[in-house]
Amino acid sequence: MRDFSYLRATSVDAARQAAALPGAMLLAGGTTLIDLAKCGVAEPDTLVDITHLKGLDRIEIDERGAIIGALARMGHVADHDDIKSRFPAISEALWQAASAQIRNMATIGGNLMQRTRCPYFRDPSNFSACNKRVSGSGCSAIGGVTRGHAVLGTSDACIAMYPGDLATVLVAFDATVRLGDRHIRVDDFFLLPGTTPDREHAIEPGEMITAIEIPSSAAAHRSTYLKVRDRQSYEFAAASAAVGLELESDGRTIRDLRVALGGVATKPWRARAVEAALKGKVLEPEAVRAASLLAVEGAVDHGANHYKIELAPRVVARAILKMGETA
Amino acid sequence: MTSKTTIPVHLDINGQRHTLELEPRVTLLDALRDRLGLTGTKKGCDHGQCGACTVHVDGERVLACLTLAAQAAGRTITTIEGLAREGELHPVQAAFLEQDAFQCGYCTPGQIMSAVACIREGHAGSDEEIREYMAGNLCRCGAYPHIVAAVRQAALEAAS
Amino acid sequence: MMLELGLNQQPAHTRQGSSIGQPLTRRDGFLKVTGTARYAADNHPPGMLYAVLAVSSIARGRVVSLDIEAAKAHSGVVEVMTPLNRPALAVDPDAKDHPFMFRLDLLQNDGVRYPNQSIAVVIAETLEAATEGAALLSPRYETLPARVGLDGGKSFVPRGVGVGNPAVQEKGDVEAGLESARTRIEAAYETPAQYHNAMEPHAIVAAWDGDQLSIDTPSQGLAMAQGRIAGLFGIAPRNVHIRSPFLGGGFGSKGMISGPQVLGILAARLVGRPVKLVLRREQMYGPVGHRAPARQTLRMGMDGEGRLTALSHHARTTSSTFDDFFEPAADASHTLYASPAIATSHDAVRLDTGTPLFMRAPGEATGSIALESAIDEAAHACGMDPLEFRLRNYAEVEPMTGKPFSSKALRECYEQAAEAFGWASRPLQPRRMRDADGFLTGWGMGTATFPALMFQAEARAVLRADGSGLMETGAQDMGQGAWTAFAQIAADGLGLDIDQVDFRAGSSDLPNAGIAGGSGHTATAGMAIHNAGAAVIARLADLATGNEASPLFGAGNEGVLARGGRLYRRDDESRGESYSEILARAGLAEIEGHGKGAPDPASQETYAKHAHGAVFAEVKVDPDLGQIRVTRLVGAFAAGRVINPRLVRSQYYGGMIWGVSFALHEEAVTDRRSGRIQNANLAEYHVPVNADVPSVEALLVHEDDPHVNALGIKGVGEIGITGTAGAVANAVWHATGVRPRRFPIRIEDLLG
Repeated sequence: MRDFSYLRATSVDAARQAAALPGAMLLAGGTTLIDLAKCGVAEPDTLVDITHLKGLDRIEIDERGAIIGALARMGHVADHDDIKSRFPAISEALWQAASAQIRNMATIGGNLMQRTRCPYFRDPSNFSACNKRVSGSGCSAIGGVTRGHAVLGTSDACIAMYPGDLATVLVAFDATVRLGDRHIRVDDFFLLPGTTPDREHAIEPGEMITAIEIPSSAAAHRSTYLKVRDRQSYEFAAASAAVGLELESDGRTIRDLRVALGGVATKPWRARAVEAALKGKVLEPEAVRAASLLAVEGAVDHGANHYKIELAPRVVARAILKMGETA
Repeated sequence: MTSKTTIPVHLDINGQRHTLELEPRVTLLDALRDRLGLTGTKKGCDHGQCGACTVHVDGERVLACLTLAAQAAGRTITTIEGLAREGELHPVQAAFLEQDAFQCGYCTPGQIMSAVACIREGHAGSDEEIREYMAGNLCRCGAYPHIVAAVRQAALEAAS
Repeated sequence: MMLELGLNQQPAHTRQGSSIGQPLTRRDGFLKVTGTARYAADNHPPGMLYAVLAVSSIARGRVVSLDIEAAKAHSGVVEVMTPLNRPALAVDPDAKDHPFMFRLDLLQNDGVRYPNQSIAVVIAETLEAATEGAALLSPRYETLPARVGLDGGKSFVPRGVGVGNPAVQEKGDVEAGLESARTRIEAAYETPAQYHNAMEPHAIVAAWDGDQLSIDTPSQGLAMAQGRIAGLFGIAPRNVHIRSPFLGGGFGSKGMISGPQVLGILAARLVGRPVKLVLRREQMYGPVGHRAPARQTLRMGMDGEGRLTALSHHARTTSSTFDDFFEPAADASHTLYASPAIATSHDAVRLDTGTPLFMRAPGEATGSIALESAIDEAAHACGMDPLEFRLRNYAEVEPMTGKPFSSKALRECYEQAAEAFGWASRPLQPRRMRDADGFLTGWGMGTATFPALMFQAEARAVLRADGSGLMETGAQDMGQGAWTAFAQIAADGLGLDIDQVDFRAGSSDLPNAGIAGGSGHTATAGMAIHNAGAAVIARLADLATGNEASPLFGAGNEGVLARGGRLYRRDDESRGESYSEILARAGLAEIEGHGKGAPDPASQETYAKHAHGAVFAEVKVDPDLGQIRVTRLVGAFAAGRVINPRLVRSQYYGGMIWGVSFALHEEAVTDRRSGRIQNANLAEYHVPVNADVPSVEALLVHEDDPHVNALGIKGVGEIGITGTAGAVANAVWHATGVRPRRFPIRIEDLLG
């Protein structure tokens, strides 16, 4: 790891200013940044430690929704009683992420900034080509080991999978990222790779995530996060689904449905086609399974990750049907 | 060209204050092991993938390999060396010994620090919950069934 | 350089009595749960520098340049060791005098023959500086195409497999047996490369003092390591002092001294200061061994009653381009199932990888998952229950050699484990069971076996005038419980309470205890301890029985018993005296005796010696999502005498969990273009986490074996992985109807 200087921010403004300088990066829980610095992917000149800032870890919930401070830690949010009862998918996505230790370190803001697990991206000393690290350098993953790579949202420049769980839930429920005074929808915060996979987030120099805001909804209240993976725990998703469901008073017709996919796309992936196909329809297994296939419309595989195209719709269908069973 | 710059770092570890001159890139794990001789905390992967370096910061379990020492300044740090009091084993340590919850012993300090926190968090309510909330600590010897038994035993003792 | 661990000062171990057969808690347990057990990398001699390896990006070619100046310019970097300045060695590291001498990469030239081969060592004042210095070397290469995969080269038949077994063996006429069969099956199974991944990375702290070399490093074979290092540096073995009180896991990867460990010694010599070198996790995927991938083809023929008429087992394995280690996977078919005709064969290809090495049950595990899967297929083809089929083909004598077994309680294992598991209610056909949540449920079984091996070991026993005893042997504890089990054997051997015995191990300065490997350490070093105890007791008895003042005068050696620190007349136990009294009368401060442990050649010739077991597994598979969960494992094992049931159960659990891992988790995935392993870490190279491991039960089946050795010990360290891996695979088939043919079994295999 290169040496760097270390600053401890005393205020949000000071943090923003310090982090705007060339070579400076914000340091929160460190579970991504220190890891990537050891890999030689992140090469900061200055780390601006924001973990000692006060007041940024609050979790506020009222009838309009939840506001979770950027420095609230994943484990605390997962165990928060009101989050568990009013936004169950958020709690489920968080407690199934990483390990208890990492969840105690990692912050919500930092979690949004989590980088891909693409082994080529993570290994600059052995693979110089990576458009995500160095624009225009090429993609080592294409033609390589791809079982964990994305099938949705890919481009010729990058097929790296977005590995996070929480943001998958956030896009399903129209959450907003607060960058101080600027608010942006989570779905817009994450960028598709296109020809610029080095640019992953719609965040400008000098900006800092201060909170996320999740509006209340009946669908969020009746929601789940289903994560399928190779190991039972401490493992990234092979495919996951965040689902929220609101039924009409008849108890069988779908009034509102939210679906997002994790583990299969280059960013948290809202499956609006599935939602549209099922809204207003009666919730029944065949219709749900058929509609869930729309989740992977346009998917492109690179060999070993083909199974994700089969798996993801099944995960979606299972999650929707599971929500249907909860009265 | 890197210039060697160190900063003073005050660490509160197991009730003792230490002042070190460190490069900012030094992790808490390497500060414990290389600068302070607190080698009970182990390095298994150095990337947050095994849990061997688990310590408590402000009472919560975290990974020392992904924590900069400078970040931990001003926090209260507990390592495996700070768990036993006056030669008396912590109940979790005693349970690990009793249940044979380790073999080679290398992951054990991390397992024990994790287990103490797991119980304190209230995540040791059933075997299934223990397995899930102890999943961040790899054991290559395969002591898991006995680790679950030890955590269960210590959790029951703590509850009674 | 004596190791003083103070194990007798810790009270925790004494609660449950002492000596052989007692479930003592670990004598080193107090040290391990308090973080005070000192592993190699925990040492920090004064003046020590940190060394970090730079390793090759490429699989094959040569290093063209290294930016040594950039590394040296980094603050804190002291020296960079490359082929140009590496201190001379007494012998060529590519020389191979015997099969157990593995070729090492010690910067002998600029060549690269596998990814992650050492190409330089950066030595610095801090770990951070050495690490960054290694990154700054920015090597450039001349690259040749990598040879990867089971078809990555021209195949050949190795001269020998394993520890020198013939690569091809045949008994009877397999083709005729297959021809005459009523039912036949043929199936091929692929298993991937696996890496040991002990939690403790290989580490060394080396310090030179003239031609004396002091080393802290984990070693499963101290005397072999001492000899190898002495040979490389041209110094006497007695000048090499290795301490290895605790290994943070070995599993075979610490059996031989590895290249990086020797580079740590070279670095210390180069800079004239103590040096610590610890492998980074990703650097363990290359120079410290692995289990080679394999493709195994089994053919079986059965008569109308389900009896095997022929069994053919072929294994394709791999080795490196520059050294020989060939996993004897097909030899798994030599010992378990009776068949008039058995043929086993191996071929191999050479790849641009590090040399494969012993990895927990090397050959046995790989062969077992294929054999047990094929046996399951054969049972199904005959319409028989898999247990009934195995009993029908139960081997009363060792199938390949016709030798009688020294003991074999496999029937009891089958019975007890099947009973505990509830096997009797298993439906014959697959995909017949579902649980309340709709998960497909399957039950499978496998037979476990592992040879009862012994090597060579020595021990030294001392009785002291204060009535205490000392037992010394350079045994190695990598988690199996050597500190405890050997102390128990020592206590009995010396006729003392365990608290009266000072047991010393883990140092090359002590008598050679052989290797901790092949599941033979307890038997081998245990016999040395047992015999050393007998020798010193015999001396003591001589002193007593030859002295008129002793109540034992005239009893003769045969007529004396040693127990609780006293000698008694065998014919009259009211007549006896304490060790202290005997030594005091003789005016001796202490007496000593020596013992050896080794296999008995006569009984080797006569008997087939194996431990056995039966493992039953339950899995649940999500019918839509393909997710597999092992929910129950029950094993029963008969492995001769159990020294400490608490420790033995842990060994079985560990082995069984390795079996789960073999079936469902482990696989090193290679980028075929570069030859690099793309999951060389603990996040993506999967070993089970706690949540992957279900309820596990291991039954200890009683077995007396009068032939293996005087203590009746067979060994328990590796058998658990055999049987289990196949049982899990067979349970997956029983749940889903999908027969796993490549491992690990993954979600995509079961999406249907």
